[in-house]
Amino acid sequence: MTRVHDMGGRFGDGPVDPTDRAYPPRAEPWQTRALTLTLAAGATGLWNIDMSRRAREAVDPKDYARFSYYEKWLAGMADLLVETGAVSREELASAGEGLSQCDELDPKALRAEAVPGVLARGGPADRDSAVMPVFSPGDAVMTLRPAANRLVDGGHTRLPAYAAGARGRVLRCHGAHVLPDSNAHGLGEAPEPLYAVAFAASELWAAPEHPRDEVVLDLWQSYLCPA
Amino acid sequence: MAHDDPDHPHALLPPDPALRVRALETVLTRKGLIDPAALDAIIDTYQNRVGPKNGAAVVARAWSDPGFRADLLDDATAAVSGMGFHGRQGEHIVAVENTPEVHNMVVCTLCSCYPWPLLGVPPAWYKSDAYRARAVREPRKVLAEFGVTLPEETAVRVWDSTAEVRYLVLPMRPKGTDGLSEEALAALVGRDAMIGTALASAPEGAA
Repeated sequence: MTRVHDMGGRFGDGPVDPTDRAYPPRAEPWQTRALTLTLAAGATGLWNIDMSRRAREAVDPKDYARFSYYEKWLAGMADLLVETGAVSREELASAGEGLSQCDELDPKALRAEAVPGVLARGGPADRDSAVMPVFSPGDAVMTLRPAANRLVDGGHTRLPAYAAGARGRVLRCHGAHVLPDSNAHGLGEAPEPLYAVAFAASELWAAPEHPRDEVVLDLWQSYLCPA
Repeated sequence: MAHDDPDHPHALLPPDPALRVRALETVLTRKGLIDPAALDAIIDTYQNRVGPKNGAAVVARAWSDPGFRADLLDDATAAVSGMGFHGRQGEHIVAVENTPEVHNMVVCTLCSCYPWPLLGVPPAWYKSDAYRARAVREPRKVLAEFGVTLPEETAVRVWDSTAEVRYLVLPMRPKGTDGLSEEALAALVGRDAMIGTALASAPEGAA
């Protein structure tokens, strides 16, 4: 039902180390390279952001736990390159040694001169949608249980397990956004209304820290029922 | 589409992460899918152009200009875009204001969503399992690890960034800052205060 990345509320992780206050954050050169390579590869349009999250989450749980953060990104990128046919398993295995230098860039490649514009534009997720909003701020709603993709068994979803089957209230409507559960699997963007929904901590946790604490999640309309 | 490939292609890469990056970069460059100069341009963007100073300028302006503060709370995407801050991982921004009644704090339990145009790339702790796992369940214990203790009457509202909306915490303006310029105010606003794991700093000389 759940995947290893879905760790909200988990016990046993120990303290947070907040000591890195400088900018840019501390990073090994390979980590910085992994970040930039991921952004440049993503800019080819071979996959979308939901697919890249799906690929990282689909890493074997043992690898996910063992990998450092950017290693997960590298694993997801390598798997997507093969899945989309952009790179063969053989080319990956030989680390590109058998390939000659290319004479010209692929039309999909992100060119250096385009970087500022591409980063400044980003990739907005809001869309026109035929799905009408059925909730308004203040409405009581209930999240689906279990937290799961209803289109693809075991597929990508953005409803964390800790917030499944919980009663909350709508704080705001963000308009219609691309539905990750569909887009991550190449099934289309299927935009629908997205809401910020507030849950009392006591609705989610056995031992909430404070009676008035809340957790807010952004949830798509199809994750919600009237409560 | 097969969801779980038991024979993951990434396992074909070398075990050392640095060699793994190099292998991927070599393959992608030779296939013409990567312009190496573009990688340098991306690094330059996030090391020299975009970072927490952007967010601090937004907060300082909101503290100084009530009209801007109202615009920011109403439509932060438009308000910060007007200051030139927009783009990747900040396409949809919502600003949430700390008050004596509510302290806001941001996490992404499922991955590491973060408002890049305002804060740059995230620190390691934001992406750590410990922060992702614990911030939603025990935010006050996590805040204590950052040296923050809230008054009993202040509720904590944790925002779990599950969609493409990115949250900016607007910290409370510290006492003793009347008359300070926006530039001087911005210097009091650290990155962590805009994630909600710190408060804005008091000015030098203030109690």
